[in-house]
Amino acid sequence: MTADTVTDPPGAPGALRRTSRQIGDVVFKGFSTGSGITILVLLAAVATFLVGMSIPALTADAADLPFGDFWAYVAPYAFGTVWAAALAMLFAVPLSVGIALFLTHYAPKRVRQIFGYIIDLLAAVPSVVFGLWGINVLAPLMRPLFVWLNQYLGWIPFFAGPVSGTGRTILTAAVVLAVMVLPIITAMCREVFTQTPRLHEEAALALGATRWEMIRQAVLPFGMPGIVSGCMLGLGRALGETMAVAMVLSPAAVINVHLLTSSNPNTIAANIALAFPEAYQLGVNQLIATGLVLFVITLAVNMTARWVVARRKEFSGAN
Amino acid sequence: MSKRIEIKDLDIYYGKFHAVSGVNMTIQPRSVTAFIGSSGCGKSTVLRSINRMHEVIDGAYSTGQVLLDGVDLYGPGVDPVRVRRQVGMVFQRPNPFPTMSIRENVLAGVRLNNSKVTRPQAEEIVEKSLQAANLWKEVKDRLDRPGSGLSGGQQQRLCIARAIAIAPDVVLMDEPCSALDPISTLAIEDLIHQLKEEYTVVIVTHNMQQAARVSDQTAFFNLKEQGKPGELIEVASTEKIFHNPDQKATEDYITGRFG
Repeated sequence: MTADTVTDPPGAPGALRRTSRQIGDVVFKGFSTGSGITILVLLAAVATFLVGMSIPALTADAADLPFGDFWAYVAPYAFGTVWAAALAMLFAVPLSVGIALFLTHYAPKRVRQIFGYIIDLLAAVPSVVFGLWGINVLAPLMRPLFVWLNQYLGWIPFFAGPVSGTGRTILTAAVVLAVMVLPIITAMCREVFTQTPRLHEEAALALGATRWEMIRQAVLPFGMPGIVSGCMLGLGRALGETMAVAMVLSPAAVINVHLLTSSNPNTIAANIALAFPEAYQLGVNQLIATGLVLFVITLAVNMTARWVVARRKEFSGAN
Repeated sequence: MSKRIEIKDLDIYYGKFHAVSGVNMTIQPRSVTAFIGSSGCGKSTVLRSINRMHEVIDGAYSTGQVLLDGVDLYGPGVDPVRVRRQVGMVFQRPNPFPTMSIRENVLAGVRLNNSKVTRPQAEEIVEKSLQAANLWKEVKDRLDRPGSGLSGGQQQRLCIARAIAIAPDVVLMDEPCSALDPISTLAIEDLIHQLKEEYTVVIVTHNMQQAARVSDQTAFFNLKEQGKPGELIEVASTEKIFHNPDQKATEDYITGRFG
């Protein structure tokens, strides 16, 4: 029987009477419910804007659109977005998990703290700085590697030539993206790895597990939902990152998997940033419609990830 | 299979904290030895020193010897990982791996020791270990279900199955029943009786009746005084400890006048 389903009879004994302490409950409940509703309203507002602005472009005749047929226009950018983000995740995820494991299970206590700060610091660098770093430092550094890759592994389509003269290719952009998402994924993984129940770690050790075996048996399975969440946060950033990609990449509207050439598929976000200043009328609608496509891609990726985690729920250890 | 344990002049420290001092005792193969004593007197620490699990805590170290059939577990070049593959352990709270099925839980240790078990071999180990843990009948139809879906008592028996699947020489149990209901406790106690046919069993318990029921030998640990390290006060046959102990402190503890 909860208090709010019962009406106090008049003259209830003092000890049982409702007190002002419940005001705190009411305020807090209102605040947290309000916060929950706010996020929905914000999301709805953005979605409405995106859809509303996109409809003219989506319904217009291809001949009227300044950038031509919408789907043909967005396809290379959608591909470029997913491709660049996938490459970035390929570099960032193993490295992040490795760093998080090092911090939680191998590093001495002092190193652990200092390292933690450094990782957090990396998250505070603005993306325009990463962009500059990508152009001025990373691209020239990567070029010899590109030449080498093309020379010896050029028969693999990824490493086909001709090698870009500037080094500003999708591979460089992906490395910059990887550096940017690294702190996000690392922070999340570190958090879940420290929460591995000691009981499970000891269970593995008592069976004669080495430290690495213990990590494989107890830490990683327990942390899997957290690793996936971290990756989703990172992937969200990688998919949506605009400035760094726009600066680093020498773009084209193509679909290919060549990592080293100067014709690289641009990403949706970077393309919007580059094309927006000169867009007018339906062009604006068309660019925003590409934004809607990015929105849908991100949503689909996140939902897939949630579904993958939920499928293994019984085995998650949450019970 | 079953080995004799000799503990000689064992002192255990956690950093500067001197936890246990001067333990000497012999544990016969195919027997059950119970460690009793009030909380914080170092009995769990001594138990853990038999498979070097106390070293999991930063700064823990020990002096003296723990011999397994004459081989010093703390000798130079001895790998604690190897020690733990010979000396299995069951913990206070059941801790099956939540991400693994019942079958994979039983095989967890086997896979560490020998990754090349064939499927039929694995099936045989699973059945044999679960049989030995008195759990086979209850779970044989759901070996692919998560181990965490079992009841507490079943989980603890699953942990015992996991510990004995790697055929250790010794099975250590750290208050294995303290989180279980009386019926599950009875099931585990029956199991301990069976286990001693094949293994050397050492059990820490707070339950005096349990010590009297399951063990052949009982060791009583106590703090000499507050702030001093724990000590082994007396070790003898369970019969003697419970009926005619040599030490006054033991008698006081057994009869409940203390602790």
